[in-house]
Amino acid sequence: MSGLLRAEGLSFRQGGRRILDDVNIDIAEGEIVTLVGPNGGGKTTLLRLLIGTLRPGSGRVIRRPGLRLGYTPQKMQIERTMPMRVGRFLSLSGGLKHGARAAVLDRVGATGLESAQLSDLSGGEMQRVLLARALLREPHLLILDEPTQGLDQPAEAAFYRLVSEIRAERGVAILLVSHDLHVVMGACDRVICLNGHVCCSGAPDHVTADPAYQRLFGSRADFALYRHRHDHSHDHGHDHGHEHGHEHGDAQGHGHDHGHGHTHGPAQPPRASAPDHAAS
Amino acid sequence: MDDFLIRAGLAGIVAALVAAPLGCLVVWRRMAYFGDATSHAALLGVALGLLAGLPIMFAVTALAAAMALTVTAATAAGRYAMDTVLGVFAHAALATGLVSLALLPGVRVDLMAYLFGDILAVGWDDLTLIAAGGAVILAVTGLFWRSLVNGTLSPELMVAEGGSLVRDRLVLTLLLALFVALAMRIVGVMLITSLLIIPAAAARPLSRTPEAMALGAALVGTVSVVGGLWLSFTLDSPTGPSIILAAAAFFCLANAIATLRR
Repeated sequence: MSGLLRAEGLSFRQGGRRILDDVNIDIAEGEIVTLVGPNGGGKTTLLRLLIGTLRPGSGRVIRRPGLRLGYTPQKMQIERTMPMRVGRFLSLSGGLKHGARAAVLDRVGATGLESAQLSDLSGGEMQRVLLARALLREPHLLILDEPTQGLDQPAEAAFYRLVSEIRAERGVAILLVSHDLHVVMGACDRVICLNGHVCCSGAPDHVTADPAYQRLFGSRADFALYRHRHDHSHDHGHDHGHEHGHEHGDAQGHGHDHGHGHTHGPAQPPRASAPDHAAS
Repeated sequence: MDDFLIRAGLAGIVAALVAAPLGCLVVWRRMAYFGDATSHAALLGVALGLLAGLPIMFAVTALAAAMALTVTAATAAGRYAMDTVLGVFAHAALATGLVSLALLPGVRVDLMAYLFGDILAVGWDDLTLIAAGGAVILAVTGLFWRSLVNGTLSPELMVAEGGSLVRDRLVLTLLLALFVALAMRIVGVMLITSLLIIPAAAARPLSRTPEAMALGAALVGTVSVVGGLWLSFTLDSPTGPSIILAAAAFFCLANAIATLRR
């Protein structure tokens, strides 16, 4: 296995509280790994340890020599005090040709935003611009911290589709944090469930069937299982049945959305009351 | 026009130019209180410098840097909210400085000059020192600008792109300490933070990029220095406060323009 990044026995304490305990992670070239876990489970801490803004109490992080990271923060502290054009924001990633910027904005579906102010972007546009900046560095590994927080369901699905496509095009490995496994499920190869330690990990269907995962996520796990069976029977592992054709933005030729919609209509738990967004 | 006014004008303009990019960083990172703590420590630096017979500018830089590092460590301990820690340190430093200056044996210091600046007394030697210090600060700021802006946006982003968190903090801390030593003669320890913040805040509503905001702050600062000197000359008002008053007027003007444009 050609490992890009490996964490060995990472532990981290803060103010006497143990945040992470003996975490081992291995990320190989070109794979998409999703990190799930409850709030306070140490997902953000683990990312910080992997990136290097925090030092582990014990254990170590080993990177393949020359590894280039791309990172999209969950939140940025710009608010309204710092004026920032999208174009300038992209160029701050370090010496790149002007033409590359427009091309990468096109690729992520943020065409023509170059002179917009960062603070004026919608949540979805912001995520695409952040992704564009990370891609400009031609990274070997992309780390996305809750990239779909605050996005509605169709925008979320569209974003994960974009991520899958970019992986297919560039062979970049992707580590992403999500609070919402059943939306990412189809897009990722491996799931790591984190709650202070690695509770379980493996292929998405393996993890959702794991008792440790079900204890953590309760009824959501049932829902995910249900989703899983559904996906499986229709062999549409990479899509999600809640789009009903009203997805805005660039629908990238996934014509089977409608089929999903009415197949499981009656049995489907009402989307509006799904607990994941309210709980996060 | 007298020589002393030219020297005062030049010294003030150097300080305003240096304050512009640093002030933007202070505004973006919400470090106004941090600036207060650092600049108030300068007074203690004066006392120590006089006591030990060290050059004042050197002692002030050292004390301001020590204070900045202490405050950073104390904040990281996380026992209190950041503004509480900074409030305690800023005012404790000011009080310690005032007490130690008063207790200094056999020395009488012009306290007002340290508190509110003494720009009209800047000599050619001082001016040379201020210009050299200003050039160093501007050069280092320029060298690290991209990384400082990235670190402001998101420390994780900066580190992921190859930056260093320690270097980022250290560079900004030392630059601010050096700036405190440089600006003390001009506006005094009580008003140093305002020289950082007000021009940057005035430039904010009329700028579209971080660099434009820094240039705008430099412009506002420069015009405020000239305006403040003129005000002080015609009204016989204290010079440091007059400069800040002019900057505050530009802040109001910029916001009025921004409101009307909308």
